[in-house]
Amino acid sequence: MELRRKDLLGIEDLEAGEISLILDTAASLKEISTRPIKKVPTLRGRTVVTLFYEPSTRTRMSFEIAAKRLSADTLNLTVAASSAVKGETLEDTAHNLEAMAPDLLIIRHQASGAPHFLAKRLKCGVINAGDGLHEHPTQALLDLLTVKEAKGRLDGLKVAIIGDIAHSRVARSNIHAFTKMGSRVTVAGPATMLPPYLDTLGVEVTHSLDKAVAGADVIMMLRLQLERMGQMFLSTLREYSTYFGLNTRHLALAKDDVIIMHPGPLNRGVEISPEVADGPHSVILEQVTNGVAVRMAVLLLLIGGEKG
Amino acid sequence: MSLLISGGLVVDPGQNLEEPRDLLIGEGKIVALEPPGKISPEGRRVIDAKGLVVAPGLIDMHVHLREPGEEYKETIATGARAAVRGGFTGVAAMPNTKPVNDTAAITRFILDQAQAAGLARVYPVAAISVGSQGHTLSEYGDLKAAGAVALSDDGWPVRQALLMRRALEYARTFDLPIISHCEDLDLRADGVMHEGQISLRLGLKGIPAAAEEVMVFRDIDLARLTGGRLHIAHVSTAGSVEIIRRAKAGGIPVTAETAPHYFSLTDEAVLGFDTNAKVNPPLRTAEDVAAIKTGLADGTLDAIACDHAPHSSLEKEVEFAEAAFGLIGLETSLGLSLKLVHEGTLTLSQLIAKMSTNPARILGLPGGSLTPGSRADVTIIDPNREWTVDVNAFASKSRNCPFQGWNLKGKAVATIVGGQVVWEE
Repeated sequence: MELRRKDLLGIEDLEAGEISLILDTAASLKEISTRPIKKVPTLRGRTVVTLFYEPSTRTRMSFEIAAKRLSADTLNLTVAASSAVKGETLEDTAHNLEAMAPDLLIIRHQASGAPHFLAKRLKCGVINAGDGLHEHPTQALLDLLTVKEAKGRLDGLKVAIIGDIAHSRVARSNIHAFTKMGSRVTVAGPATMLPPYLDTLGVEVTHSLDKAVAGADVIMMLRLQLERMGQMFLSTLREYSTYFGLNTRHLALAKDDVIIMHPGPLNRGVEISPEVADGPHSVILEQVTNGVAVRMAVLLLLIGGEKG
Repeated sequence: MSLLISGGLVVDPGQNLEEPRDLLIGEGKIVALEPPGKISPEGRRVIDAKGLVVAPGLIDMHVHLREPGEEYKETIATGARAAVRGGFTGVAAMPNTKPVNDTAAITRFILDQAQAAGLARVYPVAAISVGSQGHTLSEYGDLKAAGAVALSDDGWPVRQALLMRRALEYARTFDLPIISHCEDLDLRADGVMHEGQISLRLGLKGIPAAAEEVMVFRDIDLARLTGGRLHIAHVSTAGSVEIIRRAKAGGIPVTAETAPHYFSLTDEAVLGFDTNAKVNPPLRTAEDVAAIKTGLADGTLDAIACDHAPHSSLEKEVEFAEAAFGLIGLETSLGLSLKLVHEGTLTLSQLIAKMSTNPARILGLPGGSLTPGSRADVTIIDPNREWTVDVNAFASKSRNCPFQGWNLKGKAVATIVGGQVVWEE
């Protein structure tokens, strides 16, 4: 079982069958993380490099734990310690890394398309761990796995994604992921944060949080990036929180068994109230757990077996 | 020795001519234009133009030659060589060099370099404001005396409406056109491609069509106010075409150009993050392409100019958001534009008007005509020659061309400047 591709660059390029393969593989790998000795030798002798040009806690840790549980050797290159600050181009950095013969490069970069840039130039596989405003495919995959575990299915669900869609790679990947798997996606946010043509992605668009969450099986809150405040997207945090912050009142509008998701890190009291974040509907920590499983699956499917 | 171009189809929109004619050239001028066989070939160099089109020399009124300052991208000599290979006998060079062409000395330097290259004629376009900084008018009288043919803010759009008003007025004093790069920089913000469905999917920040259109509207209104001669550069949107169409109908002194990439490509060319498709204004949608073609056909758009913008791999082999805007076009412009003729959008005569007669008229140049007595700038075109774009064979120093591998039909086979054959295939 393997993916017939060298790289994982975005959900938009994946077919539903490939997504199912990754989710099924992830589900079967979850058990490893519950063992006393959380390690299997599957990727022994393989080298995985993480190259992060943006700060990240959970994604990077999640990839590293996933690789280690599969016995791959990991090397972490951070932007502060790398040549980027010395003015080295992405192309040169890539070729220098490749000269050390890694099997897989995991990149996070502030520029949309940076992983594609590397994938075109490198023989080793490339995983996109978040590129600009574009995609964050493993986040969407872990979100799918979390929903599938909670609901037993993905097709026919109503999924509401709330917040700054314009600047969110998590939203883009999740819109592709959920629509490909048969869910109905509604997005809501202020018009400044909903880019034009969203409807062409097959989602319903509203400016009303109440409408978006009505009858929802899944509510996904996006992190409000506080730097947007100075860029004419919003008036005040107080107003944003009033109209687009999720609180316990909204839960009553959704399905009884609604689950609440958030890719983290949380702005408590801004996009989500503490009562909801910590309440019984929240699956935010399950998302983190599933992140490791999904990333193990992706590593395995890209460089496991005869590949690599 | 005089030169006889015999047996070709002469297309000269200036005299409404599209007939087989023999063309005699001597001492740098057109000597005679006669029905086939009337001029004796004896003692003359003869170019057999049977099956070919003989046109007044093509003029690209919007190119960037990068000299002085960025000679690693292009020089006046390499740009002029690319021009003549593309069939252009003249090009208008935009002022955003380093330093900016805002003084007579730099204008003269550009003309000297062009003279030394001895290929295409180079017509300097000077800056609207000192350093293109948008504060102080440059010396339009001196610049014109030195050889500048127009004034432009290309690359550094004029933010202040008051400065644009004064520029249109002051330029009128010296009978110079203002070529406006219409772009609201605040509205563009940090956009890198057309704002639409593709930018949404790629997660790239968008440049809305309105960033161009609000400035087209502003500058047309200022042309109405001042009576200054306004030329709108590189029109890319359906909305701009409509605004210009209405302005012309209302008698406002405005002309406009578009570039081959705006009728040959859409924003889908950016898919895969191809930095060669990153250009400003950005590639738009299929609807815009259709409107550009309509605008060319109905005369709203007067000229085709390629906005040749050479960049090296240093500017293009980088992340999309970091990459420079611009693509090269001198060696593909005619082939892409002839497609408009082959598909029936334009007649051959209309196309030659947009690539020669009209640019000459707008810039007040002596070219663009084959009437006897005119200077002998001539382009001979094989409209049916099929060829494949190969950037590695280009004369330009740069390779940032999104048309690599395209099969085109039609190209220049000889370029004659001042009676000299400067390039032939």
